[in-house]
Amino acid sequence: MSITRHRLFYPLALLLVLLVSNVFFTPTFFNLRMQDGHLYGSLIDIVRNGAPLLIVAVGMTFVIATGGIDLSVGAVMAISGAVATHHIAGLGNQDSTVGVLTAVAMALGFCTLLGLWNGILVAVVGIQPIIATLILMVAGRGVAQWITDGQIITVNSPAYKLIGGGYKLALPFAIFLAIAVLVFAAVISRKSALGMLIESVGGNAEASRLAGIRSRGLILLAYVFSGFCAGLAGLMISSNVSSADANNTGLFYELDAILAVVIGGTALIGGRYFLVGTLIGALTIQTLTTTILTIGINPNATLLFKAFVVFAMCLIQSPAFRAKVFRRRHRPSAPPSAPASKEQHVRVPA
Amino acid sequence: MSTAVLDKRPAGVSGPRFSQRYVPVLATLALLVLMYLFGTFQYEGFASGQGVANLFIDNSYLMVIAVGMTFVILTGGIDLSVGAVAALSTMVAATLLEDRGWSAPVVIPVVLLIGCTLGAAMGAVIHYYEIQPFIVTLAGMFLARGLCYVISTDSQSITDGLYSDIGLETIPLGGGVVITYSVLVALAAVLIAYMVLHYTRLGRNVYALGGNKQSALLMGLPIARTTIAVYTISGFCAALGGILFSFYALSGSPNTAIGLELDAIAAVVIGGTLLVGGSGFVLGSVIGVLVLGLIQTIITFANLESYFTRITIGLLLFAFILLQRLVFARRSPSS
Repeated sequence: MSITRHRLFYPLALLLVLLVSNVFFTPTFFNLRMQDGHLYGSLIDIVRNGAPLLIVAVGMTFVIATGGIDLSVGAVMAISGAVATHHIAGLGNQDSTVGVLTAVAMALGFCTLLGLWNGILVAVVGIQPIIATLILMVAGRGVAQWITDGQIITVNSPAYKLIGGGYKLALPFAIFLAIAVLVFAAVISRKSALGMLIESVGGNAEASRLAGIRSRGLILLAYVFSGFCAGLAGLMISSNVSSADANNTGLFYELDAILAVVIGGTALIGGRYFLVGTLIGALTIQTLTTTILTIGINPNATLLFKAFVVFAMCLIQSPAFRAKVFRRRHRPSAPPSAPASKEQHVRVPA
Repeated sequence: MSTAVLDKRPAGVSGPRFSQRYVPVLATLALLVLMYLFGTFQYEGFASGQGVANLFIDNSYLMVIAVGMTFVILTGGIDLSVGAVAALSTMVAATLLEDRGWSAPVVIPVVLLIGCTLGAAMGAVIHYYEIQPFIVTLAGMFLARGLCYVISTDSQSITDGLYSDIGLETIPLGGGVVITYSVLVALAAVLIAYMVLHYTRLGRNVYALGGNKQSALLMGLPIARTTIAVYTISGFCAALGGILFSFYALSGSPNTAIGLELDAIAAVVIGGTLLVGGSGFVLGSVIGVLVLGLIQTIITFANLESYFTRITIGLLLFAFILLQRLVFARRSPSS
């Protein structure tokens, strides 16, 4: 009974149901095999393809925790790939480590600046986050196309390919990057007061200001980190296919990232955030996508399933909905006993 | 000081006296005129009567959708589903007309009804389950776009007689200038929206709800009905916009109007409607749409790549949000 009240219960249950239901369509779903020293299997695919989403979603978690939202991540991903491939394509030796590292640094640096731009609009100028980041969402893809001159840039660089498509220790390199970002975010925010301060700002900006918390810098930091994460994810996607497509890289990623955060139990109004929840959320979305591909449904119909997942997760998280369902379910039973009031207390932090 | 007092009057019941509320709209109007003059002096053949008419012809569907979006934004909400609903409308129309052989007078009401139903459902979820409009309409967008792909992943041309008549036939305005029926539909939508917003109880409720939800609630205004109504209107307008688009393109495609919601939001914002709700004008949104259309025209005339359109719209959006921030700085004491 009490296990169903754990905040990760529903997200985890959803993920498990999705994973297990795959066995009915693909009996070999959970099989793993070694080939040429690389580990292969559906599970590995899910984690590898979910890595960019996880990274973007980790950045998004902090932004949402401050009570904001970052709609520009998809466009920033496109810009990141464009900047990196544009630099690599101009190199004499495309495989030169220094050249690739410079390209990566340029892309990440530029995306961090874009995050700073979002942060300044929100924290300093005081524009609503949806709108402030909408500007870059609208213009960003144009900027990416500007950089690539409207073309799809293709590069031939094994060193660059490593980021999104390479292997290390038998596992896709992208997995290590994603875990590194997740662990970095968890350690830096949970082993210091930073996470608590961010939650405080997201929970009640005015109260935290009165308590002496400098909300401006924290909000700025969240957007900068989100920009950096989007940049890294954009590198992964473009590296995986060794090209940059300004029109399609990261399309709808902002929505998937927000969805991952919401599935993970972080409320959109800000306040408490759950990085492990975001991890589960990102894996859930990727599993859903993979499942649909394996079953052979048109990949574009994924959107339909995502719609139902968003509705379901939002309804489960909505106190108003739970109150109504709860009341209806318990109305027939005669005495409003003690557990009823207890449940109401549990409901609050969701 | 008198302007500060004027500023607090509820919009919609105020007279035509000058107040700060008009600053963003006037700025947009000035921008439109300046852009037009710039085009006229810079490019030969820019300033023709048909050029102006084309601005309306090419953007009639966006105009209708922006009108619906204005209602939603005035209440302080947002509707991300409009582009997908418009695309769904073109798909449903194309399938029913071509595959099922339904007649256009039956198909059009069905399409409009689907839009209204989707909008009403989103409004109900937003109000009764207290979930943010942003996330609900996002789910609505996924749903509508997903349904498009379920119907078909290919685009289908529409050969129906009535559709091609309405789509291709033109109305002469004299002097060789012609417009299409879609322009008339769009202008009618604008006129009706203007009347509803400024002369009906629903309109007053929309402004009141956007101005201060708490006060509206305490005043006993029908919050539930108003919220559901604005999303229904937005859904209706999105479906109508989809129909106009299918007149224009004479086809239905699941990839129609990706990102159209952003254009609609941009048009409303550039048109001077406050994103926090409570203040704005439907005519402002029309001017906003014309500004976006004119950007497109100038970029075509200047022989620039199409991606400069998006960058310019982004810059304009930035400028106007900043302007809102400066003009209405006293009104929103956030941060």
